[in-house]
Amino acid sequence: MAHRWGMAVDLDRCTGCEACVTACRAENNISTAGPDQAARGRAKHWIRVERYYEGEFPDVRVKFRPVLCQQCDAAPCEPVCPTYASHHTEEGLNAQVYNRCIGTRYCANACPYNVRFFNFANPVWDTPLNLQLNPDVSVRGVGVMEKCTFCVQRINAGKTLAKAEKREVRDGEIQPACAQACPTTAIVFGDLNDPESAVSRLSRSTRGTKLLEDVGAKPKITYLLRQS
Amino acid sequence: MNLEEKNKINDDLLRPVFQTSRWFYVIVVLLGVIVLAGLGSWLYQMWFGLVVAGIKWPVYWAFYVTNFVFWIGISHAGTLISAILRLVNATWRRPVTRCAEVITVFALMIGAMFPIIHLGRPWLFFWLMPYPSERQIWPNFRSPLVWDFFAISTYLTGSTFFLLLPAIPDFALIRDRTTGLRRKIYGALALGWQGTTKQWHRLESAMQIMAIAIVPVAISVHTIVSFDFAMAPVPMWHSTIFGPYFVAGAIFSGIAALILAMAVLRKVLHLERYLHPVHFQNLGKLLLMMSLLWGYFTFAERLTVWYGNEPSEMAVFWSTQTGAYAPLFWTMVFCNFVIPFPLLAIRRLRTIAGTVIASSTIIAGMWLERFLIIVPSLANKNLPYSWGFYRPRPVEIMITIATFAAMALLYTLFSKAVPLISIWELKAGAHPRPVLKPQMEEEVEGLWGTRS
Repeated sequence: MAHRWGMAVDLDRCTGCEACVTACRAENNISTAGPDQAARGRAKHWIRVERYYEGEFPDVRVKFRPVLCQQCDAAPCEPVCPTYASHHTEEGLNAQVYNRCIGTRYCANACPYNVRFFNFANPVWDTPLNLQLNPDVSVRGVGVMEKCTFCVQRINAGKTLAKAEKREVRDGEIQPACAQACPTTAIVFGDLNDPESAVSRLSRSTRGTKLLEDVGAKPKITYLLRQS
Repeated sequence: MNLEEKNKINDDLLRPVFQTSRWFYVIVVLLGVIVLAGLGSWLYQMWFGLVVAGIKWPVYWAFYVTNFVFWIGISHAGTLISAILRLVNATWRRPVTRCAEVITVFALMIGAMFPIIHLGRPWLFFWLMPYPSERQIWPNFRSPLVWDFFAISTYLTGSTFFLLLPAIPDFALIRDRTTGLRRKIYGALALGWQGTTKQWHRLESAMQIMAIAIVPVAISVHTIVSFDFAMAPVPMWHSTIFGPYFVAGAIFSGIAALILAMAVLRKVLHLERYLHPVHFQNLGKLLLMMSLLWGYFTFAERLTVWYGNEPSEMAVFWSTQTGAYAPLFWTMVFCNFVIPFPLLAIRRLRTIAGTVIASSTIIAGMWLERFLIIVPSLANKNLPYSWGFYRPRPVEIMITIATFAAMALLYTLFSKAVPLISIWELKAGAHPRPVLKPQMEEEVEGLWGTRS
């Protein structure tokens, strides 16, 4: 059975610790921009924890929401790309082919979630970060777009392993870096085509909601609303 | 028209081609330095990456795309105005058309540079084109950027023909007055023109066909440019009004550019005899109509957004009405409507000076309009956490300035090669008298579309 990868994020469980952000950077070879360039909007965060504040000081309530590529089924970023760099895979992922990208940045404009990032300069890492790049993930050069891949390298590795052992991929076996790092298991990843998978069950929750659903992009990430 | 008059026209209009003053070199060097500075800035940007520009997350399109839309808009001066004036047989058009057609070709060339300048990897721009690649990869025909490629290349081809076709008899005129290499070049451009009745008839037919064909092409080009924005689900981009709004704005800025170019040519090349106040008056009336149309479109767009009260759109709306971009927005309203309207509506003010002032503010206002369509929407997209603010950096400003210099430079150089007023058309039409009202018989002819 073909896979259809999806994610559920329980906002009740998210503490805003940003472990997912750190894990994502390490896993996916996301270059650092440095404080000056970051202040100019050149930082790249495949996943970010959005903070929204409610109420007046001192009765402030903070709401956290991890936002990453929603891997939309009707992704606005895909049809606008003139070179097919941004395209839909058979497993429903929004793939970004770095080698095919010429940097029109149209996909980033079309994306309602602002989760696509541009490489303004060639990537640099301060030592010793340059010595711990992930060999499974390509390093992106100047002038191309990049974004969350749902850790496609881990998906492929998991599928290869399952195939070698002549079995189906088990639920929870494949985890993207953010889900793996989350101390409160707020982020759950899995196959939406398997009705018994954890992510399918959570996605059916009455608390489930999609981010900016009215835009009509059909995102594959379900956010479970806060009850408290 | 007697022979003496014809010789006078030849001498006056061919003078820039055969005589070159010291000022020409001064201007060319001055403009050339600015253009080179712009090219240098682009190389600098290519070397270091777009990190040197001001664009940022989430405002990924800014000055360059503004310039793209602006220059493609200016290009509508030409061909469209000239084609419409030809089709309605407005006889006062005769000294105006070529000035306009030249603007079109050069503005398109400059505008078409920007989709390449703004690329992250400009050296791979040809991936936008459908070329037979050994990997059999075609561009994505669903992408409005690919539509842009087709629209602009069609328009550039068409408007180049539209410029060169009616210049054939003038090329022949220059050919007959030159020797050596120049004679060869102009001879090639004149395509063996001898001025036979058959040739005149063919030229007239070809011009008629081109004039009809170029109008839908011009309208489709700016509609497709507007689709770059309207197709994306971005607040205040995703709008059905964008196609006609952009076309109207394009013609608006195009006429303004034409008036400015004509005023400069009139002074610099001493064409007072040919470019009369009546031409500025008539173009001023067209400009007034477009100003009203622009005001109407802007009002209609803003009112429907405000009344609809959709949250993500309202964020963009208020950022332009009262927020960070409000000073620019209200400057634009002043430049495009409040200042030009009285200057163009009151007959006493619709002089050469009046129309030039109005055109200058309109050029500035229309540039701002394009900026205000692009940037505030990107800066205030759906999720408030990802809002940002854009400021240009020197490299973007330099390249923008350089494009204006490039336009002036190309225009100056072109004036050395081709007379900027169509000599044969002027002779054919016995250029209009300096009266404000066209002659009655010309009006009747114009109405029925017969050729004079």
